[in-house]
Amino acid sequence: MIAMRIVVPVKQVPDLVEELELNSEGSDIDREFVKFVANEWDEQALEEALLIKEAVGAQVSVVAFDEPDVDQTLYTALARGADEAVKLTGAGDGWLSTAERSRLLAQWLSGQSYDMVITGVQASDDLDGQLAGTLGGLLGVPHASVVVGVEPGSGSVTVTQELAGGTVVRTEIATPCVLGMQTARQAPRYAPISRIRQAMSAGGLESVEAPGEATGPTDGIELLRLYPPEKAGRAEMISGDAPAVAERIVEILASKGLVKL
Amino acid sequence: MPVGGRKQPPVATELEQATVTSSLSGREWELPGMWNRMFESRVLSGYTTSELARISSLPGGESIEWCYGCGKCVPVCPVDLVGEYGPRKLHRKAQTGVNLLGDADLWMCTTCGNCLRVCPKEVDMIQIMPAAREAAVTDGIMPPELQDVFEKTFRQGNCLGENPRRRHAWTKGAGVPVRVLASDPRPVDVLFYVEDYWSYHPRGQQAAQAFARIADALGVDWAILGAEEKTLGDSQRTAGEKGLFEALMEDVVATLGKYSFNRIVTPDPHGFNALRKVYPTYGHNFDVLHYTQLLAPLIDRAEWAGSVEAKVTFHDPCYLGRHNGEYDAPRRLLAAIPGVELVEMSRCRENGYCCGGGGGGMWLDGFNSDRVTERLSERRVKEAAETGADILAVCCPYEVSRFEDAAKSTGNEHLKVLDIVELVDAAMFPR
Repeated sequence: MIAMRIVVPVKQVPDLVEELELNSEGSDIDREFVKFVANEWDEQALEEALLIKEAVGAQVSVVAFDEPDVDQTLYTALARGADEAVKLTGAGDGWLSTAERSRLLAQWLSGQSYDMVITGVQASDDLDGQLAGTLGGLLGVPHASVVVGVEPGSGSVTVTQELAGGTVVRTEIATPCVLGMQTARQAPRYAPISRIRQAMSAGGLESVEAPGEATGPTDGIELLRLYPPEKAGRAEMISGDAPAVAERIVEILASKGLVKL
Repeated sequence: MPVGGRKQPPVATELEQATVTSSLSGREWELPGMWNRMFESRVLSGYTTSELARISSLPGGESIEWCYGCGKCVPVCPVDLVGEYGPRKLHRKAQTGVNLLGDADLWMCTTCGNCLRVCPKEVDMIQIMPAAREAAVTDGIMPPELQDVFEKTFRQGNCLGENPRRRHAWTKGAGVPVRVLASDPRPVDVLFYVEDYWSYHPRGQQAAQAFARIADALGVDWAILGAEEKTLGDSQRTAGEKGLFEALMEDVVATLGKYSFNRIVTPDPHGFNALRKVYPTYGHNFDVLHYTQLLAPLIDRAEWAGSVEAKVTFHDPCYLGRHNGEYDAPRRLLAAIPGVELVEMSRCRENGYCCGGGGGGMWLDGFNSDRVTERLSERRVKEAAETGADILAVCCPYEVSRFEDAAKSTGNEHLKVLDIVELVDAAMFPR
């Protein structure tokens, strides 16, 4: 039997340990001095893929565009247990919208064999949450999002999703399919640095020309303004002795209708 | 004598006849309560020795096999004083087939080195623990809080996960100019390697600022790397991430290679240990001093505008004292400060009690809290308070926050915890 192949698309997002600054046009963050790290939901996707590999055997392929600091993400994926890491080059320098990302990935995937595509349900830099859905649409395969567990079957997978209000739903989905991962069944595993370094010195990254270039916004969405949240409201510092402070707190709560005097 | 912590009292029950079941092998022995019961035949070797063999086969783990079970290491082990632990106990566990790599005991050693000091067979836990931990880390087994620190260190170059670009933010409050080599790369005498806690921890930053004022006043020609500095990662190494240590070392050596300096001075005994003892094993040799060693010979030049009228006790950092033999430089600095009366704790110098921060312990207080009756830092603070001192002086960046927390949690708030450099600063530049 040919082992299942799982493709895990990952993307780079700004490391939020840094204070983000805007570029002079206010159209993007200043990308020059920001460090980039793997999108945390994509790491969940990889972990779930690796759990499936451990349970039933699978070939796990991680794919990413040539984004800043992406090599470290891909080598880390190999150190964690991915079998293959593909870097798609030449898609452009700036930020790739989800629509473009989806289109290019679909083109690349159409030349690949795969049983499942598992990716993060969203990314912190745009909160689109659309990659899995649009990718499924473009590839003409079923999709499920906000997945918290994947059990492979024969010709299908059973996925678990948590719905609002405390219900859990399990769905059987025919393969091939695209899944957007919310959380894997366990926290992403540690990649020992020695293993990342081994992967780096072995140079196991496969660089492949992306099947096209970004052509600018294609999704009918135009960015108007990017800016830090404007300060709304302010805190009131209450001074005085304890009874005075207590009286003022009661007054405020009463004025909001939270307590009745 | 003990000022804190407690051990489980032994349960003594006298029976004429008893059946004892081994909790390890499940084997049962009939034990009559007669004086000569030891002469009945018993199988003592019915254990698998594979676990011991596994540890001793690791590079660095060899000496665990040299143990002949005398147990001298146990009463000097700082962890055993507040729990149930010790090198000999670890050895016995491995001997009887316990998988140490999956055992919580693996993470409790602070690599303080007091066991090696007394061991007649030179069983070297300072080599064994990092080797065994490395094997566990490679298998993905480690406390989550440690994993978090490893990931932060790899990503940001500091254990706190702070912004690398803000590494020299502390210099703004120093009150004297601090030269950063990236913007002024002229040759310099002293490259000051600030390390993580003096760079980022608010209390550490105060010490770094004090150092800057003193170095300036004593005419030291010094500079820092600023945003280019990455941690030397010695505690990450002893906690089991040798690969991380080596990755950091490559970056550090490349950065240091860009500048011309005579010697490296660092306030962190762990970084000092890495540069002095570990880097040379990889062929990287630097002239390195702890900051107390830099300042002690210069302190006669100091002009004292004030004094510190206080009884002071001093905590020897394991990695400055036991690991690298420096006990005098910190004491020379303390003796030079007008007004300071130094009182020693009963455990000091070669037998100094560990603060609990070494070997990754700095980041494992949560993990260890279920396994010890009190933190090592809490016990140490009680020892310090027992001397009647007003101030507990330290010279390792891990200790200020550890001991300040411990002073609060043990009801010893009256005991001030200050780095020696802060005491010197207070006497030279009183406010």
